[in-house]
Amino acid sequence: MEDRFEPAVRFENVNYSIDGDLILKEVTGSFPKGRITTIVGPSGAGKSTLLKLCNGLISPDSGKILIDGRQTEEMDPVRLRRKVGIALQDAPMMDGSVFDNLEIPLVLQGKRLEPEAAQSALTDVGLPAGLLSRDSRELSGGQRQKVSIARTLINRPEVLLLDEITSSLDPASQAEIELLIKTLNDRHGTTVIWITHNIDQAVRIGDYTWVMMDGKVAETGEALLLHEPATLQVREFVKGGQV
Amino acid sequence: MTYGTLALTLIFVFIPLVLTRVLNLGLEKDLLIATIRSVIQLLAVGYLLAFVFEAESPVFILLMITLMIVAATHNVQRKGTAIPGITAKVAVTFIFIEVLTQGILLGFGIIPATPQYIIPISGMVIGNSMVLAILFLNRFTAEVEARRGEVELFLSLGGTPKQAIHPRLMQAIKASMIPTLESQKTMGLVQLPGMMSGLIIGGADPIEAVQFQLLIIFLIMTNAAVTSAMLGFLSYPTLFNGRMQLVRKLET
Ligand SMILES: Nc1ncnc2c1ncn2[C@@H]1O[C@H](COP(=O)(O)OP(=O)(O)O)[C@@H](O)[C@H]1O
Ligand SMILES: [Mg+2]
Repeated sequence: MEDRFEPAVRFENVNYSIDGDLILKEVTGSFPKGRITTIVGPSGAGKSTLLKLCNGLISPDSGKILIDGRQTEEMDPVRLRRKVGIALQDAPMMDGSVFDNLEIPLVLQGKRLEPEAAQSALTDVGLPAGLLSRDSRELSGGQRQKVSIARTLINRPEVLLLDEITSSLDPASQAEIELLIKTLNDRHGTTVIWITHNIDQAVRIGDYTWVMMDGKVAETGEALLLHEPATLQVREFVKGGQV
Repeated sequence: MTYGTLALTLIFVFIPLVLTRVLNLGLEKDLLIATIRSVIQLLAVGYLLAFVFEAESPVFILLMITLMIVAATHNVQRKGTAIPGITAKVAVTFIFIEVLTQGILLGFGIIPATPQYIIPISGMVIGNSMVLAILFLNRFTAEVEARRGEVELFLSLGGTPKQAIHPRLMQAIKASMIPTLESQKTMGLVQLPGMMSGLIIGGADPIEAVQFQLLIIFLIMTNAAVTSAMLGFLSYPTLFNGRMQLVRKLET
């Protein structure tokens, strides 16, 4: 399958299983460089698994994943994970303050986070700088998501993977995050792969989209395809709207 | 004590036997097995020790210690830990702790180099290490399972396995040391420690008995710290694969 664009991430016949259950089946396709691609699909379709494969948290059973043409399995895992950053689903937090959490990516490299840098990291995602000293366990769901994004951005990834980062946000916060990601994409050409369960959001923010169903790629194409899916199952899913 | 008087002590087995009958606890079999096993095992050890003390050969001392380490290792491994290839790591830990403690005790002339000292102290050291090893391994695997998300978070941000596991490791080491420290704080207040009681019954001067007990208490602190830390650093790499990924599930 030839791409009509330069791929930042490309999957070739990727299979992934857990305890003999095939979670991803012969996944093939590309994510365009410098663009925003959304991934939609019912829960359990394998979307999060797909992102973890890009970031090297897991490896495929067979097939390959190419980042800028290089196979992930042949890259140094640490370099790969800094280049392809992920904001994990549920935004896990380390015990400690918000500052401690923002500092993790740098501490892992033996560096410190400057207080001013920490403040602007927070304000960039629409959080007050005063939140820095807050215990991470006291954050609301939405605040956690925002801290998680800010933390991932500290590594300045070339490819940014976002796993349902706005699902617990109110509409105003959602708009804030959408703007942030769009700006990042505009200014730095960051490639974004964004899992969302919100079809409207997928059309609004995505240049391109992947629909995942039951471990397979059901459809890929311009984001607007979500308004007129080619296959029946995707049409049913989109009509069902959420989930 | 004569064997006649020892036989009389079976009264203390008879009492719970009657109780379990009356209360229908169904523990008769366990009681009998426990009694028979302790009689056979301890008498065997007694005769073995008598023989080793008599022979005064370092070969037999080494053999006894090896036996202890093998038994302790087997016991830890039998408790079914989820960490693959743990047996060798546990054995290495026990060997190290034994060499370390005896090295200090004998090297500084704290105890004389006779089997009467070396063997019982080794038994206490290895036995204590065994309990700690089990405690630590359970705690460590539970900790990693419960905090998988955090471990993955560190990895996902470009951390090495060592960096990702470090907080979990420290937590488990700390948790496994706490019972030892707590029990030592109340030592002597309620219960006289077993070894000290034994020495006093055997006719030793109480102060001398206390001195030996203190030696053991201090020893056990080293034991607790070194066993958990060493086992932790030896075992964490097996939780990850060559691609710096957390192995998917620890079977427990
Ligand atoms: N650690 C795991 N253990 C067992 N099954 C898992 C695990 N992670 C994911 N799965 C299974 O893999 C499938 C895909 O999961 P996931 O990628 O999280 O889907 P999505 O993000 O699309 O909801 C689901 O059926 C899920 O139950
Ligand atoms: Mg998911």
